[in-house]
Order: sequence, then C-alpha cells, then structure tokens
Amino acid sequence: MKQSIYKIIENIPLTDTVFKMVLEGDVSDIKNSGEFINIQLEGKFLRRPISVCDVDATTVTIIYKVVGAGTEQMSEMPIGTELDVLVGLGNGYDLSLAGDAPLLLGGGVGVPPLYNLAKRLIEMGKKVTVVLGFNTKDEIFYEQEFKNLGAEVFVTTADGTYGIKGFVTDAMKDIDYSYFYTCGPEPMLKAVYKASATSGQMSFEERMGCGFGACMGCSCKTLTGYKRICKEGPVMKKEEILWED
Amino acid sequence: MGRLSVNLCGIELDNPIIPASGTFGFGYEFAELYDINLLGTFSFKGTTKEPRFGNPTPRIAECKNGMINAVGLQNPGVEKVISEELPKLKKCFNKKVMANVSGFAIEDYAYTCEMLDKQEQVGWLEVNVSCPNVHGGGMSFGTSPEAAAEVTKAVKKVTTKPVIIKLSPNVTDIVSIAKACEDAGADGISLINTLLGMRIDLRTKKPVIANKMGGFSGDAIFPVAVRMVYQVANAVNIPVVGMGGVSTAEDVIEIMLAGATAVEVGAANLINPYACRDIINDLPKAMDKYKINSLSEIIGGCK
Repeated sequence: MKQSIYKIIENIPLTDTVFKMVLEGDVSDIKNSGEFINIQLEGKFLRRPISVCDVDATTVTIIYKVVGAGTEQMSEMPIGTELDVLVGLGNGYDLSLAGDAPLLLGGGVGVPPLYNLAKRLIEMGKKVTVVLGFNTKDEIFYEQEFKNLGAEVFVTTADGTYGIKGFVTDAMKDIDYSYFYTCGPEPMLKAVYKASATSGQMSFEERMGCGFGACMGCSCKTLTGYKRICKEGPVMKKEEILWED
Repeated sequence: MGRLSVNLCGIELDNPIIPASGTFGFGYEFAELYDINLLGTFSFKGTTKEPRFGNPTPRIAECKNGMINAVGLQNPGVEKVISEELPKLKKCFNKKVMANVSGFAIEDYAYTCEMLDKQEQVGWLEVNVSCPNVHGGGMSFGTSPEAAAEVTKAVKKVTTKPVIIKLSPNVTDIVSIAKACEDAGADGISLINTLLGMRIDLRTKKPVIANKMGGFSGDAIFPVAVRMVYQVANAVNIPVVGMGGVSTAEDVIEIMLAGATAVEVGAANLINPYACRDIINDLPKAMDKYKINSLSEIIGGCK
C-alpha cells in the first residue's frame, strides 16, 4: 500500500453514466490484477474505493459509474486535478490457477478489473474468452478494447438489444473453459457460482470504511473464516465462498 | 522528558498520541506503513471473552465530516488475542500497549481484563462501557453511574495495571458517571466514544447500515468531545484521555487545554493511515505557534 498524489490526465465518459479516468503518479505498489485504489475527494469524509482497470509504468486507469455525489464529483474533475490516493489495496486475482483457457465474466462496472487480468493472461499465452454482461446496448463499454488484446469476446444484454440476449451465464454454458474469473453485482456472482463447471475466483464489493484492513467495516464470513473484503479480498476463491441467504 | 511527553497513570508516554481502539487493529497493518513506535501508545481492537463476528454488513455510512460504524466488536476473543495477536504485535511495537476490553456481563469484563492484565506488553486496561453497537450489553453499563461503578469495581478487583474506563457520550449527565467510576477505583477516564447516529438511503428509503444505527465519529463530533472532556476533567482527580474527532495537532492542543492528559485519534486513521504520525510531526510547530513549551503544562489549562 502506498499513499501519494496522482494527476488526472484523462477523464472521459464511456456511456451516459460510466467514466474512464487515467491517473499519473507512482504506481509501483499496484501489483495484481483485481486490486483497487481508494481516492480522497474534497468535501467527502471517506475515500472512494474503485477497482483498477489497467496499469502501466506511470499511470493507472479506473472505470467508474456515477452512482452518488462522490462519483458525480469525480466525473466533473478537469484534467490536471491532483488527487490523494491510496494504491495497492486488496489481494487481486491469482493467475497461477488459470489453466490453458480461462473464462472471464464481467457484469456492468464489474468489467473493468478483468481488463488488466485478460491482458496478463494473454501475455502468459492463455486462450482467454471474455463474456461482458450489460443491461442494454447503450451501457456497453470496452468490447473493442478486450478484442484488441486478442481475447474472444461475447457480449450479453438483458434486454437483447445487442449480442446474446440474457445474462453472462447464458453465454457461459456454450463455452469450454479451464477456470473462471468474475466480477459483478452479487446476484450475478451467485448465478455464475451455480452455473460454473470449474473452480474459479470472484471479486466482491462492500461498503468500506478505510479500505486497508483497519476498521473491520467490510468483513464477511467464508468457509475458511472471517475475511475483510478490503484486505483478504476482494477476490475470493469459489471453494471458500459462503452465501449467507 | 521531552516537550511532547506526558505521564498517563504512572507510565511515561513520549507523546500523548494514541490511536483509538477499532481504528488501528492490533497495530501491524500500520507497522507496514511507518514505525509505530513513534506513537505514545495505541489502544488495540476491542476484545471480548468470546470471539465475535459482529454485525451484518453494510456496517459503514458516510456523513458530512464524519462517518457511522456499526462493526459490533468483531474480534477473535481474548484467548486468540493473547496467543496470536500479541506475539505479532510484539515484533513491531516495543512499548506498552493499551488493552481495550468490552463485555456483556460484569463477569465477562472481569475475566477478559484479568487475562490481559497478565500480559507483559499491556500497560493499561481501557474498559469500554460504551459501545453503541451491541445489544443487551456494552453501552448499558456506561449509561448509569451504578452499572459503570460495578464494572469498575469488578475489574479493579482482578487487575494490577491502571484501569481506564471509556465512557459513552450518549448520556444526560456524564459527570455523575465519571465520578462514580473514580469512586469505584478507576485510575483514569477516557471519552468520548461515538455518538449514536443513523443515515437513511433516499433511494431505498431504508437505513444505510444493516444494524440501522451506529456510532458517529469523525471531525464533526470534536466540539462535543471538548465539552465533555472539560466537564469530566473539572470534576475528577484522575487523568482523562480525550478523544472524538481529533485529526490535527491543533485539535490535540485544544482537547488537552480542556483537560485531557493524553489524546486518542480514531476515525482520522481510517481516511489517512498516516494521521497519527503526521499529528506527532506537526505538534512542535503548533506548540511554537501558540507559545507552548511542553504539552504536560497545558493539561486542563483552560479554566
């Protein structure tokens, strides 16, 4: 974990409510795909945890959805704005279990962390298939970006306005895969859990206080004990997940 | 003695800064970031007799200049704290630590305190009679002078180290409770714990927090803390540890002027993990600005 100041070098809308922000600064503590960063916003008490979409030598890219006052404030920030950010948070995905042909399933703003994951898996020589699930055509983002990495990409829309009609699990049943990685809303994670033929990893979301393991605000029960989503998570292995309802 | 040093119940602190219980774990998460030996001490995660998961999530709600938490005393239980957490702490912290204890019955408090009193690294016992997030216990002990005194007596009977009773601000007469603890043998009083608060999500029209209510902390509660520290410090003859919304060196000076011998820093650690280190670094300059030679001289300086 590291705290430092980052400068916004890009902040553009991808859809009506989803934005891409590129931050320039010291990214040396961002190690694994699936980690998150925690952004301090002027006038807001708690930081905003956002998953890392991609990282290179000097920048980190995040994709966020405007859901409240904090993310709305972010969407209005001009290029050059400096932000106090904690980076290198969370465990991230374990790539060593991917097998030859991993399947990546993302739902809505659960899609972004899969981008860097897909990139790294492809660099490792894996045959990567990606299923991106959205509600409707207007909400789709990053289909081409995943294709550009060399992944085979399927898009599902719940209303059938683009790609396969239905949910990511409707696309999943016709794909052969060695392992799966997923991120999305909890109902989707549950559906993937039930529909999956192999083991895999799922990234969870919870309201956080600190984001680095101090406050116990985001704890959950797992089959291997109590875990903090921000510290031992957000990525959990399928075998350890305990659905509570 | 340095300019920043204070004496808390017979133990010398290099400075009065103490990360508050529940915002600093058992120290080692923060030890990855900076040398936590520069702290006065810290109060570790509230420990109970039995292990506790705590409340369902969401446990956190944001507020203007503050936050609400309803963690509910998640902790591994006193046995594991002693066998697993304290050995890990010893590797990164070479000072006396403040053991924070909660309970649901008088006997629980006594049992947990007796166990922790025997641990070499424990310097003080901070007995929390004020957690707002647990039903049927915790805060109910801190809302009546008689119950708070009973806990104090029971803990004092089985311990040798200084016992500091942590009080709730959610009461009508804080002074009578503090005095009852002093009369029952408490060696110090710490306050304030969080204020009971609540937020409602306008979209779902339901409470943000699963437990509905929780403890409100952060900058916004600082004036309440200053007021209560002032009232209690002027009524008792034992040291008062002040806390509640402290986030800067100036806040530390202000709450010490109100009567605090040492100062706990809570929510500030959660938004800036370096908050306590920064406050300690900033103190000498702030003292120069207000012509203060040594912090111990200003305790209760506001009359």
